[in-house]
Amino acid sequence: MKFEQAEGTNPIDRLKVIGRAHDRIDGPLKTSGLAPYAYEHHDIENVAYGAIVGSSVAKGRITRIDTAAAKAAPGVITIVTAAEAGKLGKGKNNTAKLLAGPEVEHYHQAVAVVVAETFEQARAAASLVRVDYAREKGRYDLTEQLKVAPLVGGSGGPNSGAPPVERVGKFEEAFAAAPVKLDAEYHTPDHSHAMMEPHASVAAWNGDELTLWTSNQMIAWSKRDVALTLNMPEDKVRLISPYIGGGFGGKLFVRADALMAALGAKAAKRPVKVALPRPFIANNTTHRPATHQRIRIGAMKDGTITAIAHESGSGDLPDGGPETAVQQTKLLYAGANRMTAMRLAVLDLPEGNAMRAPGEAPGMMALEIAMDEMAERLGMDPVEFRIKNDTQVDPEKPERKFSERQLIRCLNEGADKFGWNRRNAKPAQVHDGQWLVGMGVAAAFRNHINTTSGARVRLSRDGIVTVETDMTDIGTGTYTIIAQTAGEMMGVPAEAVVVKLGDSSFPASAGSGGQWGAANSTAGVYAACAKLREQVAQRLGYNSADAVFEAGQVKSGNRSAALRDAASAGELVVEDKIEFGDLEKKHQLSTFGAHFVEVGVNAYTGVTRIRRMLAVCAAGRILNPKSARSQVIGAMTMGAGAALMEELAVDKRFGFFVNHDLASYEVPVHADIPHQEVVFLDEADEYANPMKAKGVGELGICGVGAAVANAIYNATGVRVRDYPITLEKHLEKLPAVA
Amino acid sequence: MRAFTYERATDPVAAARIVAGKPGAKFIAGGTNLLDLMKIEVETPTHLVDVQDLDLDKIEQTPEGGLRIGALVSNTDLAADERVRRDYGVLTRSIVAGASGQLRNKASTAGNLLQRTRCPYFYDINMPCNKRKPGSGCAAIGGYSRQLGLIGVSDKCIATFPGDMAVGLRVLDAVIETIDPQGERRSIPIADFHRLWGDRPEQDTVLRPGELITHVTLPRPLGGKHFYEKVRDRASYAFALVSVAAVIQPDGTGRVAFGGVAPRPWRVEEAEALVPQGAAAVTARAFQGATPTKDNAFKLPLATRALASVIAQAKA
Repeated sequence: MKFEQAEGTNPIDRLKVIGRAHDRIDGPLKTSGLAPYAYEHHDIENVAYGAIVGSSVAKGRITRIDTAAAKAAPGVITIVTAAEAGKLGKGKNNTAKLLAGPEVEHYHQAVAVVVAETFEQARAAASLVRVDYAREKGRYDLTEQLKVAPLVGGSGGPNSGAPPVERVGKFEEAFAAAPVKLDAEYHTPDHSHAMMEPHASVAAWNGDELTLWTSNQMIAWSKRDVALTLNMPEDKVRLISPYIGGGFGGKLFVRADALMAALGAKAAKRPVKVALPRPFIANNTTHRPATHQRIRIGAMKDGTITAIAHESGSGDLPDGGPETAVQQTKLLYAGANRMTAMRLAVLDLPEGNAMRAPGEAPGMMALEIAMDEMAERLGMDPVEFRIKNDTQVDPEKPERKFSERQLIRCLNEGADKFGWNRRNAKPAQVHDGQWLVGMGVAAAFRNHINTTSGARVRLSRDGIVTVETDMTDIGTGTYTIIAQTAGEMMGVPAEAVVVKLGDSSFPASAGSGGQWGAANSTAGVYAACAKLREQVAQRLGYNSADAVFEAGQVKSGNRSAALRDAASAGELVVEDKIEFGDLEKKHQLSTFGAHFVEVGVNAYTGVTRIRRMLAVCAAGRILNPKSARSQVIGAMTMGAGAALMEELAVDKRFGFFVNHDLASYEVPVHADIPHQEVVFLDEADEYANPMKAKGVGELGICGVGAAVANAIYNATGVRVRDYPITLEKHLEKLPAVA
Repeated sequence: MRAFTYERATDPVAAARIVAGKPGAKFIAGGTNLLDLMKIEVETPTHLVDVQDLDLDKIEQTPEGGLRIGALVSNTDLAADERVRRDYGVLTRSIVAGASGQLRNKASTAGNLLQRTRCPYFYDINMPCNKRKPGSGCAAIGGYSRQLGLIGVSDKCIATFPGDMAVGLRVLDAVIETIDPQGERRSIPIADFHRLWGDRPEQDTVLRPGELITHVTLPRPLGGKHFYEKVRDRASYAFALVSVAAVIQPDGTGRVAFGGVAPRPWRVEEAEALVPQGAAAVTARAFQGATPTKDNAFKLPLATRALASVIAQAKA
């Protein structure tokens, strides 16, 4: 099915099954431990265990590997290093190789896998592998490397083709002439995905065919990359990833667990399971890169922005990519004169890559502080200032309208609900015992991405509808919204739909990433169900155009039959995919919101604790308000972590992230997160897809950090532009207490 | 984790003898710190002597009017004990400020005193660390040291003792009782229990090989208002950047110890005599000679401000 024009009324609009709060259909399996995660496929027989040896240096060459002691250790079956692995390819989505040798590209890069009879034996033997390195000088200091970093294109995303510097009008002149202006720098640190389930895989070979039970967000990409890495045909690779304990972008790609399990299994001639130990997550896998951002805004005295520029610098391994932190600034606010630019430094730290809302998450952390600072200079309320500079068209290409843009309503309704009028515009005025109290606001913005997504739908003789797609559920609720979509289309309750996900033998889907999963995968299921409806009508001898699917029945005029009757002669199986035309050339698809936060800052210790959070979101049709709310509160929590505590600490001498466990890389705990409220505006975006839905799982993090930062400023009167906002960054500027 | 052998002790002296006599042997109680360190091979004991069956899990009144706490009393039970809550509030508050409910259920009183530093370089066996591998150097000096120590440290090691309970015990002048392989008992004031690193950072405490903690004794209650102000980036389940244990009397005098700054709970008696003059006077004396790094210099003003918060609360 090709989506080429604005959608009219379709069966989804009935909203009898979809669009309603529905408990997760996979919930009971997960809460009772019956949903098998990658490491938990205990039915695979004769499994051996692999333990990865990680590089102890960040950059250099392996001069010698002595595996004799490890090979002699109890239970050891085999050891695979680059020498044993032979020539390997590299996945399209990998920057560094997944197996080092002879060169080492980053700390904890895999050097070997030790396969043994038990997990304990493999782990103990791994520490007996002796690796000698010739250490080389590496580049680990982003500030230093940005001084010599070139401009780089692609601000709209890796394949956007955007030039290195994008301009509209004459930014420099307009900025120089603006009566009110801001020129400020903001820093965001490296972040770790810190998902609950570490990367894990079980590999089994059957002749030249490889099956990987793994934890992966993007099955089709990763099947391709496994084949590329192992130099084998794609059709000999099968990935199975039905349950995923969080990914946040860290599992978009094939990582060392999968490759080392596959190599280990080949050498051991039996299935091998490998999980990354927690201390490997920070340095062996990917992370969100740190950014140094400069924002300049010029405005008239009435608050009209006349000039806006956003520049960002980040770093990555050679041939890596930039963190696209300027992309929202191209679209969020009006302004006749504009400039965005990015620089990319070469760093020999672990690989930077996507993490929840790549680009916008760190970009909004900076831009939305800048907007707060500008509002103050203008003497305007920060809500009003944002509303004043709303735009209903792409500011770079005014002929492109936003398909739906309700930012103003998000801000206004949020302000009402939050009691924004009780905020004291003058900072550092509100006391509560030893605490200074403040409120902050930020816009939320994240683009929606359309991408091809396929599904197969079956109708069995007993009337069971089964959906098969390689789409993944990374804890987001995919199982449930797909069941709701198929239920709505086929006129049965969600409980009557069987959903099978995460298997590369199923049709390729959008996968889970970039908040594109829900809308695209359900649109693919919609397409397949539309085809099935036609077949059902045909089998029943009805006119498919006027057939109504409802309560397990199919009706046409005054005729009626049970849905299962259509399959009485045998199961019906159809497959289709949603594909997109060029509607996006004329319409910009984005999601919007507003975050409101109240904080207390301890006037003595400088500690910040969040007191209240509210998000108002406008993101197209909400397919399941319950799971969507869970996505948004989770994203708000992650945003709170980025605001207050999350930072991978770089050791610039040894070239690695030092705080590589969950005791030292702090993410929020329950005690950090107060009452969170989420409001979804009623919206159906007919330009998005037949579901009229867009993404929401990443919108929820975009702007949260700045809303917290702005609330801290309102509480203390001390502006911090360097995340995370830990107490030492404002402590000595707080009023004296002793 | 390296392979190890394991046995359960039934008698304290026998347990002490085994650990003293066997190179690589260690006691284990709750294991909440030791097992984590074994998994990443920071600790590589070859034999574990599990002391959890020893009859050391009671809290008893002493003839002097204090309390004698068995080494195996869990953190949860100790913090919840009615006498502790009533008479030694600083102890309850310091315990519940640490770790998580699950860990406190498992962690023992003696084990809590013996927890090892949380220096991130100590935790990474690829990094030089004089504490983990004597003579290998200290990666923390000149490295990421935001959490680390600024007083009582040395040019060999700038790690801190990371615990909370011991900081509460320090203002209470607790005494640690031990038994050795010969059955000799020893009483060690908590002030002397944790070592300053000097040239031997690998040695955390004054305990001798095989010496086993049996009890922690608290003197008579002090009265006054009890505080444990723990400053950290997140609201729970995090180690202190700085903590302040304090008992403040109605006349404005008091006792004060700081956590998160030194190899031991940091209490300077001459400094706490200055409590009536305010927090700045106390910390100026208590942190005389401090050697902060660029990353952790904020702990000095923070200690002053945290103590000022406590003094203000005491007056309120």
